[in-house]
Amino acid sequence: MDSRISDPPAAATPLRGTAADGLKIVIVGGFGVGKTTMVGSVSEIRPLSTEEVMTRAGVGIDEPGAVPGKTTTTVAFDFGRITLNDRQVLYLFGAPGQQRFWFLWDQLFGGSLGAVVLVDTRRIEESWYAIDRLEHHGMPFVVAVNRFAERGPSLPKVRAALDLDERVPLVECDARLRESSKTVLIELVRYLTALHHRPAGEDER
Amino acid sequence: MSARRHEQEDPDRYFTITGGRRDASLDLVALVVAEIGPLPGMTSEQVRILRLCRDHPVAVVELSAHLALPVSVVRILLRDMLADGRISVRHPVSAPEPEQLPDLETLKQVLVGLQNL
Ligand SMILES: Nc1nc2c(ncn2[C@@H]2O[C@H](COP(=O)(O)OP(=O)(O)OP(=O)(O)O)[C@@H](O)[C@H]2O)c(=O)[nH]1
Ligand SMILES: [Mg+2]
Repeated sequence: MDSRISDPPAAATPLRGTAADGLKIVIVGGFGVGKTTMVGSVSEIRPLSTEEVMTRAGVGIDEPGAVPGKTTTTVAFDFGRITLNDRQVLYLFGAPGQQRFWFLWDQLFGGSLGAVVLVDTRRIEESWYAIDRLEHHGMPFVVAVNRFAERGPSLPKVRAALDLDERVPLVECDARLRESSKTVLIELVRYLTALHHRPAGEDER
Repeated sequence: MSARRHEQEDPDRYFTITGGRRDASLDLVALVVAEIGPLPGMTSEQVRILRLCRDHPVAVVELSAHLALPVSVVRILLRDMLADGRISVRHPVSAPEPEQLPDLETLKQVLVGLQNL
């Protein structure tokens, strides 16, 4: 863990020369919910950040009060990576869940394996929009509850507050801990695998 | 996170770099490899890209972060360099189609990779 602080620049942690197949998982959630922390706890590089910029004209959503003309919308996100094997490398993206971000979803995160929704139980309602959009985009997801306080609603209460389908995995996590973040990602992969075996007609996607 | 304030920057800067074009065909995690070294007459962005991916593949999104340029701008630069044979691109092959699940073999590989962490 400590080694991360003195990590050399990411260019000093290059991909293998044989890397040929990039994969994506998105970690989405509200402000300060632990997205960057989760990316960093499992990534082989220090999380990097970048952004996408789009002129409002190309956004295609009406924002009340938006001034017509040459203004731009910027969406910042960060990412890390995990080398899976000689050929495949998994990128983890920490993406904001707010409304103004979603118009870029397809362009940025289309082709993702799935998503993790991070929830802060003190602000559960901030997750509603992200869950709604993921369902809309047909992107399977698991929900991870980041416990900031000792006490908080039980998982069944969180599930009810999120109006979450009982089949969608809901787990506790501490994004600061590598093992915990790793468990959440494994939960997602297992869920995706299980969805393959769901009888036809039951698939909600 | 980033201390850069793109909100306050002039969008014309990107217009100049890209000639005002758009391109979304390169995936965030497409892997870029330099095919040639920097040459006189190349723009500074092209030179930096070629240096970054000279010895090993670098994902589009990593180039974006290292160059401090938005993803869409980097995509356009890369498309030109691809057309000129200056780079090659390894496109993702395991990404699911929209509304489809990743295939089981891919999921198995990811699971094994995560468990080995
Ligand atoms: N107790 C606890 N604190 C956490 C956890 N995850 C993150 N934090 C802390 O919460 C704060 C915010 O975490 P970040 O990872 O920066 O959150 P973020 O979602 O990336 O925030 P923004 O990018 O600003 O929206 C940091 O101080 C973390 O140390 C967790 O699982 N439990
Ligand atoms: Mg963050």
